Amino acid sequence: MTITGRAVALRGEDVDTDRIMPARFLRAVSFDGLEAHVFEDDRRAEAAAGARHPFDDPARAGAAVLLVNRNFGCGSSREHAPQALARWGVRAIVGESFAEIFFSNATALGVPCVSVRPDAVRDLMALVERDAAAIVSVDLEGLTVRGGGIDAVCTMPAAARGAFLAGTWDATALLTADFDAVRAAAARLPYVSGFRPARA
Amino acid sequence: MGSTLLGKVWDLHTVRRLPTGQTQLLVGLHLVHEVTSPQAFDMLRLRGQAVALPDRTFATVDHIVPTDGQARPFADGMAEQMMAALERNCREFGVPLFGLESDDQGIVHVIGPELGLTQPGMTIACGDSHTSTHGAFGAVAFGIGTSQVRDVLASQCLAMDPLKVRRIMVSGALEPGVYAKDVILAIIRTLGVQGGVGFAYEYAGPVVDRMTMDERMTLCNMSIEGGARVGYVNPDGTTVAYLKGRRFAPAGDAFDRAAAWWRSIASDPDAAYDDEVLVDGGGLRPMVTWGTNPGQSAAVDERVPGPADVAEPERAAVADALAYMGLEAGRHIEGTRVDVAFIGSCTNGRLSDLQEAARVVRGRRVASHVRGLVVPGSKRVRDAAEREGLHEVFREAGLEWRQAGCSMCLAMNPDRLQGREVCASSSNRNFKGRQGSPTGRTLLMSPAMVAAAAVAGEVTDVRRLLRHTEGS
Repeated sequence: MTITGRAVALRGEDVDTDRIMPARFLRAVSFDGLEAHVFEDDRRAEAAAGARHPFDDPARAGAAVLLVNRNFGCGSSREHAPQALARWGVRAIVGESFAEIFFSNATALGVPCVSVRPDAVRDLMALVERDAAAIVSVDLEGLTVRGGGIDAVCTMPAAARGAFLAGTWDATALLTADFDAVRAAAARLPYVSGFRPARA
Repeated sequence: MGSTLLGKVWDLHTVRRLPTGQTQLLVGLHLVHEVTSPQAFDMLRLRGQAVALPDRTFATVDHIVPTDGQARPFADGMAEQMMAALERNCREFGVPLFGLESDDQGIVHVIGPELGLTQPGMTIACGDSHTSTHGAFGAVAFGIGTSQVRDVLASQCLAMDPLKVRRIMVSGALEPGVYAKDVILAIIRTLGVQGGVGFAYEYAGPVVDRMTMDERMTLCNMSIEGGARVGYVNPDGTTVAYLKGRRFAPAGDAFDRAAAWWRSIASDPDAAYDDEVLVDGGGLRPMVTWGTNPGQSAAVDERVPGPADVAEPERAAVADALAYMGLEAGRHIEGTRVDVAFIGSCTNGRLSDLQEAARVVRGRRVASHVRGLVVPGSKRVRDAAEREGLHEVFREAGLEWRQAGCSMCLAMNPDRLQGREVCASSSNRNFKGRQGSPTGRTLLMSPAMVAAAAVAGEVTDVRRLLRHTEGS
């Protein structure tokens, strides 16, 4: 599985999911239209300061690869954050590291998050900031991120990678496949069976 | 070699190993709220699936509820729509709901323990990152996103990767005026906001052993702020005593059998850990955050650091945080003016938190420029506080006494900061814009420290006020 396309660089350590999707946009019963509000507060703040947020740059619109720094997606478990990124067009995220719940949420949506060394992030960010048309490709099979002459090794937990390569990143089918086993496991738990006395 | 609690609970709940190599982990208790569940229920509907084990699933409403007027329909049409969706979903899928009309309504992480739903040895999942709170009971509890809420609804299971365990020993004894909140803020400052990724945090040592369940919940609650999805304390006599007589706890002989089992799932004395950290509890002081993540904090008598005080990779983040907060490097954090005081949240909205805050404001007045809110974590907390007359203490001091909910912790209801207001807050996140104004500023601290800041109109050392109180 390889994701190839234009890329957008979003600089910053510990970017939290409140940044990606402010809570006021969680007041909804569907994920529809969230992409319009991705990074909304940062975009407004940049515009007010006379600058332009990368997500407001027309040349970056719909970029397939998002480049980030360390601990991306920390904080709230809101899936609204990766949902908004995916609906905006992001199909893979390349960064130094990811917060755990964000990683799980993105995986469940079919958006792989791969880790590369800090110097590779720096080089890739420099590349795409210099050239908005630069093509970056993320190869989950070969575990590489390539673009503009950069060829970086990337890592990903084996299970998530396996799920992407097997096409089983939506876990529901796997988890519902053997419900008898689930019932049996539940019945073995003392707190499910009411702490009945052990049989003699 | 013995096992950790995490290892024991993990093994007990393993259904099978998935082809991906992950563990299919049974979820013993699934807690549901209105913000992260509507899309999950819709996905179930779309796929024609039922809720697998509705008797292991409980719902309440907390994030969007107004804390002043609660008449239906809510003034906020979107909040009303979310409330109505939860009611319909729970009815249709057979999930018990502790709604606004129920005496049991409150923040999901406050009512689970209160009702005795939360028990040692369970796996607990909820579409909320602060699910780690329930680890205080020796449960393995973690936050999940909406797709995983769907998975748990449909299968009562999750596909999980194994976690490492870091034991954090807190030695000594806390000084008066130093609380569980200060302990966890100090831990996050030391280990970093990403230090816990891939780990479960096991909190132990004399300070943790002596903590009440309320305090252990505060500690475990903010594990996620340190990057750890799971945080827990081994069950002991304090845990067992808390659970006795709770509505969903076992009763009679079954309680004694349960208590024995609960104690048996604690980490063995010879358990091996992937990492161990020692924190000097006796040396801790009240903590205040100065930045825009919960790791950026200082003791109340320390100065705000600057970019020059940190290693290169942190410099830009520190400069950015100080610019946003409008704070100057090198200045004491004490004396920082506050506009708003917020006491509440799943971190610090329990009865003992309100008691500590009341102890500080009793007989005092909130500074004239400060707007202050006290939001109990649940209806039961609210009722218990009123029976003790705490609501009168708060009102006489000039603080507003509200209904139960998440309120200004994340400002999904009308309780919000305005403009660049600075809020002394007992909640868990000081992220930019977190409290409802895109330019609002948050200083995290213990509820007693919030009360002290409200009275002084600026960040102040609560220990001074407490000495005064004891002395009078």
